[in-house]
Amino acid sequence: MNRIHVNVDGVSYTDDVEPRQLLVYYLRDRLGKVGTVVGCDTSNCGACTVLLNGRSAKSCTVLAVQADGGEVTTIEGLAENGTLHPVQRAFHEQHGLQCGYCTPGMIMASVDLLKDNPDPSEAEVREGIEGNLCRCTGYQNIVKAVRAAAADMRQGVQQ
Amino acid sequence: MTVTDAVPAAEIGQSRRRKEDARLIVGRTRWTDNITLPGMLHIAILRSPMAHARITSIDVSPALESPNVVAAFSGRDLAAEQGSLPCAWPVTPDMVTPDHPALAVDEVHFSGEAVAVVVARDRASATDALEAIEVEYEQLPVVLDMEEALADGADLVHSDKGTNRSFDWIFDAGEAGTGTSTDEAFANAEVVVKRRFVQQRLIPAFMEPRAVVCDPTGDVLTLWSSTQVPHILRLMLALTTGTPEHQVRVVAPDVGGGFGGKLQVTPEEVITFIVGKRLGRPVKYNESRSESLLAAHHGRDQIQYLEIAATRDGVVQGLKVKLLADMGAYLGLVTPGVPILGAFMFPAIYKMPAYRFECTGVFTTKAWTDAYRGAGRPEATFAIERLMDELAAELGMDPLEIREKNWIKHEEFPYTTVAGLEYDSGNYEAATAKAKELFGYDALRREQQERRDRKDPVQLGIGISTFTEMCGLAPSRVLGSLSYGAGGWENASIRMLPSGKVEVVTGSSPHGQGHETAWSQIVADQLGVPFEDVQVLHGDTAVSPRGLDTYGSRSLAVGGIAVVKAAEKVVQKARKIAAHMLEANEDDLEFTSGAFAVRGTPDAKKTIQEIALATFAAHDLPDGMEPSIDADATYDPDNFSFPHGTHLCAVEIDTETGHVGIRKYACVDDIGNVVNPLIAEGQIHGGLAQGIAQALYEEAIYDSDGNLTTGTFVDYLVPSAMDLPHFDTEHQSTPAPGNPLGVKGVGEAGTIASTPAVVNAVVDALRPFGVNDVRMPCTPERVWRALNERGSDGGDRAAEGSIAYGGAQNAPAAGGA
Repeated sequence: MNRIHVNVDGVSYTDDVEPRQLLVYYLRDRLGKVGTVVGCDTSNCGACTVLLNGRSAKSCTVLAVQADGGEVTTIEGLAENGTLHPVQRAFHEQHGLQCGYCTPGMIMASVDLLKDNPDPSEAEVREGIEGNLCRCTGYQNIVKAVRAAAADMRQGVQQ
Repeated sequence: MTVTDAVPAAEIGQSRRRKEDARLIVGRTRWTDNITLPGMLHIAILRSPMAHARITSIDVSPALESPNVVAAFSGRDLAAEQGSLPCAWPVTPDMVTPDHPALAVDEVHFSGEAVAVVVARDRASATDALEAIEVEYEQLPVVLDMEEALADGADLVHSDKGTNRSFDWIFDAGEAGTGTSTDEAFANAEVVVKRRFVQQRLIPAFMEPRAVVCDPTGDVLTLWSSTQVPHILRLMLALTTGTPEHQVRVVAPDVGGGFGGKLQVTPEEVITFIVGKRLGRPVKYNESRSESLLAAHHGRDQIQYLEIAATRDGVVQGLKVKLLADMGAYLGLVTPGVPILGAFMFPAIYKMPAYRFECTGVFTTKAWTDAYRGAGRPEATFAIERLMDELAAELGMDPLEIREKNWIKHEEFPYTTVAGLEYDSGNYEAATAKAKELFGYDALRREQQERRDRKDPVQLGIGISTFTEMCGLAPSRVLGSLSYGAGGWENASIRMLPSGKVEVVTGSSPHGQGHETAWSQIVADQLGVPFEDVQVLHGDTAVSPRGLDTYGSRSLAVGGIAVVKAAEKVVQKARKIAAHMLEANEDDLEFTSGAFAVRGTPDAKKTIQEIALATFAAHDLPDGMEPSIDADATYDPDNFSFPHGTHLCAVEIDTETGHVGIRKYACVDDIGNVVNPLIAEGQIHGGLAQGIAQALYEEAIYDSDGNLTTGTFVDYLVPSAMDLPHFDTEHQSTPAPGNPLGVKGVGEAGTIASTPAVVNAVVDALRPFGVNDVRMPCTPERVWRALNERGSDGGDRAAEGSIAYGGAQNAPAAGGA
């Protein structure tokens, strides 16, 4: 067992974990953060994407011990004081989700994408979320949502 | 006056944002795998590494020595309880149905079949302990190719059955009285075009892997499952395991996609149910993605032999279809029925006097097939739409012109087809004209010619698909005539709460389709209550006791209509109480925007909410009236509905590399009236993605030993956002005459229509090079080979002799590869 200290969605945790434990199972099974889900076992689908120290990471490819001393934001910690993140709002407004299983990872990946590129073209969004699979939407409304969120966030910055 | 006439359609037709999203975008979800119960144990499943083998010995006891392990079972341990997994669709009286144990007992028949389970305190411990189980297999011959499987002396999948043939099912329009003799039509034909097409094997690949939780504590066994069909599952679990039905409750909480892949009674559900029951403790099973791709049912996998007869000027005279449909190793819930549903759709939108359909179900040592988005209809639509292009090429005609010449004109509806279906409504001319404009058809045709003329290495191809489908499964009488084991009705009930809020209970169990939003819109209009005041309950047999669930584009056209019928009953009951409260005659009341008013004195009115409260109090009701305005309705449609559309696809093909890129995709769909355009468009988008994926990317491949070589998302190519184009979608509405909302169905349309549009485009680009078919998926390798090997359709995905060679891809007649 290894002792880790990790801040998840603004709360500090200290836990003993098996060295082989993946971050996603630590989040789900130990912390009850079941908003983050597992969709595959080869890091292809991105359903488990979280922000680790501010950058998107597939939490099924990160060991819990690697998050020691770090800060994790999951879909459950994205809204602030009950106000949805612009990306969350845009996914709702643009119908960027159907079954919703890929949605937590898709939103977290999009948040990270917009940090790097606040005004992505359609092609840039498609490339930016390439590591996240969705089986329901055909991506069109996801792309729309990410671009709409980008516009909202740019406007927010200007104000 | 009925409520439908009285209330303006305020909500229906609006792009309401979905209620469901509120929980889904913040991670406040209830996936089955999220459920944790006191003392819960975890199941891991040992799966066969062999495609076909006898289990000569199996010893699970070493697993019990592993840390945290509570129990372990082999198929022999559960043999007395597990029964045989159900097939609800015996398509012929003499259909061969192999025994289908949840946990293999004596033999395994496909790679990935469950052979033993370990139950432990946590998932990791259970998985670790699988390695300790000792199994000895005696290898038996694999059966991978359908054509070879039917030859004399072929190796057998189930030796006790003596054959690999499950059934032969025939529909002959001449014999059925819906058409004339096919033999005569072909004997007299001026032109006959024959083709053999391969529908590759696909995997539904829903994003949420399947999970099951069983709670045996208490008097009723509760099973949570990521299923599309909680109601069917409840009945089937009871029948399969001999548990009294009233002591089983099934819950489908949030379900992360299905696409037919969760329309099943799975071995994993039965195993979890039995293990929970045996141990008396809650247990959970959650599959990995690899397990899901290996052992959840697959779809498609047909070889299609087609012949079409026509006159020289392009009038279709007859169609003959022979299918080999790969059942895989077993018959699942509706496995044999899938190709049979397709039987009725091969004639598609075309008028023809003669039609004959024959289908043979074939066993192979692969995962069993069953419903996958469209279920039989995409296969049929692909075949006929590809064939119409081939006929046009043979006759030197424009592919749109030949379609126009043969399709049903809008003034001819309702139209009874040669397959005996009565198409309710449509306007193929208008949809096609609109699609051509949206697509820029003429300009793209000009560009195509220019590229051909200048021998551009990047060639342009244009593909057309004018499709229809049968939705709204289904009239129970029709299902009965096809020997299906259940009906096709749907149930809904409406509960008026004292505070005026409304609970709607639906038997249609959603997994991403947005029922909560759409049903709220319907009820808001019907009862004149605010959209926000409606709560839709579903997916739990204790809450919604009657239902037949979600598949076959049936939810709105059947389940939505049940909601309308229930609402009409609520209004009927409320009318009596309103009349009593207003001291008026019932006939003098008008119900508008949620209130009853006395005709001529509009100030005298009672709202439905006031009536709900008065009913709850029950202080002063009409004599003899029970104090309830709640209502329940079960709706069984008289006919299917028939959405249609015209899909146009332009592809650019690099003739040097074989790469196919979609340049433009435009479609106009007619799905009748639309309750929520935003949701309907989303369904089209997602459907297109899956249909395009069949055309260009996805294929389940078995090697020559029967191992699935596409068992992860590294190998099984579910497209990403980069792999798909922007879709230009529009709709037109020809209201369905068969139901009060005029709705048809949309869930499968995109998938059914798009595959032939894409492949027709690919072949169109390559036809000047002598290519008349490219096998799906049209990978760069296949396109390149079709271009460079005369007479080839691109052949198998991998070269003969390589590890990925085998299976249906291994057909001897296929091209020159």
